[in-house]
Amino acid sequence: MEKGQPLIAVKNLTKTYQMGDMVVHALRETTVEIASGDFVAIMGPSGSGKSTFMNILGCLDYPTSGDYFLDGVDVFKLNKDELAVLRNRKIGFIFQSFNILARTSAIENVELPMLYNSAVSATDSRARALAALTSVGLGERADHMPNQLSGGQQQRVAIARSLVNNPVVIMADEPTGNLDTRSSYEIMEIFQGLNDKGITIVMVTHEPDIAMFATKNILFRDGHIQSCKDVVDRKFAVDELPKLPAQNPDDILT
Amino acid sequence: MRIANLLKIAYRSLAKNKLRVLLTMLGIIIGVASVIAMLAIGEGSKENIQASMAGLGTNSVMIYPGSVNQGGVRMGAGSYSTLTVADVEAIMSKCEFTTDVSPVVSKSSQVIAGNQNWHTMTVGAWGNYFSIRALNIAKGNFFSQTDERTAAKVCVIGQTVSTNLFGENTNPVGMYIRINSIPFRIIGLLEVKGQNTFGQDQDDIIIAPFSTVMKRMLSTLYLNSILASATGPDDMDKAKESITAIMRMQHKLTPVDQDDFTVRSQADIANIFGSISKVLSILLASIAGISLLVGGIGIMNIMLVSVTERTREIGIRMAVGANGTDVLLQFMIESVFISFIGGTIGIVLGIGASEAVALLGGWPVVITIQSIVISFLFSTAIGVFFGWYPAHKAANLNPIDALRYE
Repeated sequence: MEKGQPLIAVKNLTKTYQMGDMVVHALRETTVEIASGDFVAIMGPSGSGKSTFMNILGCLDYPTSGDYFLDGVDVFKLNKDELAVLRNRKIGFIFQSFNILARTSAIENVELPMLYNSAVSATDSRARALAALTSVGLGERADHMPNQLSGGQQQRVAIARSLVNNPVVIMADEPTGNLDTRSSYEIMEIFQGLNDKGITIVMVTHEPDIAMFATKNILFRDGHIQSCKDVVDRKFAVDELPKLPAQNPDDILT
Repeated sequence: MRIANLLKIAYRSLAKNKLRVLLTMLGIIIGVASVIAMLAIGEGSKENIQASMAGLGTNSVMIYPGSVNQGGVRMGAGSYSTLTVADVEAIMSKCEFTTDVSPVVSKSSQVIAGNQNWHTMTVGAWGNYFSIRALNIAKGNFFSQTDERTAAKVCVIGQTVSTNLFGENTNPVGMYIRINSIPFRIIGLLEVKGQNTFGQDQDDIIIAPFSTVMKRMLSTLYLNSILASATGPDDMDKAKESITAIMRMQHKLTPVDQDDFTVRSQADIANIFGSISKVLSILLASIAGISLLVGGIGIMNIMLVSVTERTREIGIRMAVGANGTDVLLQFMIESVFISFIGGTIGIVLGIGASEAVALLGGWPVVITIQSIVISFLFSTAIGVFFGWYPAHKAANLNPIDALRYE
């Protein structure tokens, strides 16, 4: 797919929840297009519908009504099993709470999506998982358990996991929400690198400075899109990381 | 490929919970092991009964005096002496389905040898008694026709009697004992037979010629019983019928009269005990089966806990592309694996326990292939049956709900 063509096309997406007597409108008639190669940051206050929107884009949840085309596929015409295949082959997920399996080594976590992909052989899967881990700078720590890794490293394992099946889009739900600034910027560095290679990234965040690393910002309010604009004065992690105060062990104590 | 991956996934998640898996397995292990051990013990006791029946002479038919009707008053079985030597001779000459027939009289009395004494049963019978009862001689000889004719004061004794009167490892042949103050010369020692099915010591016996016991010890005309051997195991019923007919004629019973004797074959007794041991086997197996069932519920319990505990994990798996079937199969494989491995360990343990019973308890055990196959299939079926519900529950989770689960 050429860069610039709509990869994600959402029309009149509506999601309502029934909470007792109240009907909660999480999404109201949302329409948006995301082009292949975009790096979109979705912003908005809590309860604005951005996470619901993200879950529907990630094929984890069905909307109440509306249409969704991902890479030319009419997503809501698929059954649960077909959605699982779609998630496996076309989407890479990254979550705020990392969501990597506990007591499972980094490499086994990264192998996980390939275990559900019958096109990948066992030896291939090992090699690809190691390559993905190396690409996020964790090649040395392939056999470490999650509790032996820092938050930033765990999130990088999650990124490696999202990459192994060569997805067309990466969906990141507040990927830096649980991380310090340096780790956050390191994640952004990886994201920008991936984006440069042509991978589309959709990221939910509520940190404005993190949103500045994207190419486009979408602002949600009360279940619909308030604004969608290109980022002016985009930040680049390669430039920003050296500006951070140097990590000095003494600083942590003071 | 996909199944291989699912096996890998199931293996990895089981490997992370070794202790829990082991404890869950324990239910199945104990269940399967007890099914196997119980069936083995049951089967062993059945064969034990059959073997000891064969030792008694499977072809033997016994005739006991029955109850008699004296002026309307019916006496209990064996209450009246109705059997005579004439009956024995009649059976011998007329019945075509018997080979050997011997009268049997017995008297229990105090036996003295030197400064030792012992209370035991003295049986008086013909020489063919030994072959009917399948008794073999260890030392010395059986008594002869001449001994019978002359009412010779000779006897053959069992090992228990010998041990009690003469001590261990003494050859009693040629020694004298006094039964009822009558001196008898020991001419033979019986081979050790051990206990019979009913726990009686078959070696605690003295056998003397029929005429000797009859004339010198009892002075009676009536017999305790008649022992006969049928021509073959298949002729038992014919032999019984024929003997009954002959005996009725011999006792001049009219068709309306009841038998004043009872004919019983060794097979009848064997059948009774066979059915008792069968009931026992079923009882034991059903108790063991219940423990298997409890083990299965244990699996379901753990799998349900595991599904709840791993809801987030299921969500993650679904997010990266697992479908409902994958999750279902993963949990099914886990539970089947637990019961499969548990079953295998149980079989090994069950065989071990059976062998231990055989070795320590001196109880014969017979492990049949059927019991192994049945308990193995049963335990695996339990894994499928009790694993299905939790697995189904996991598979039907909505990915987003599973991911949000705290």
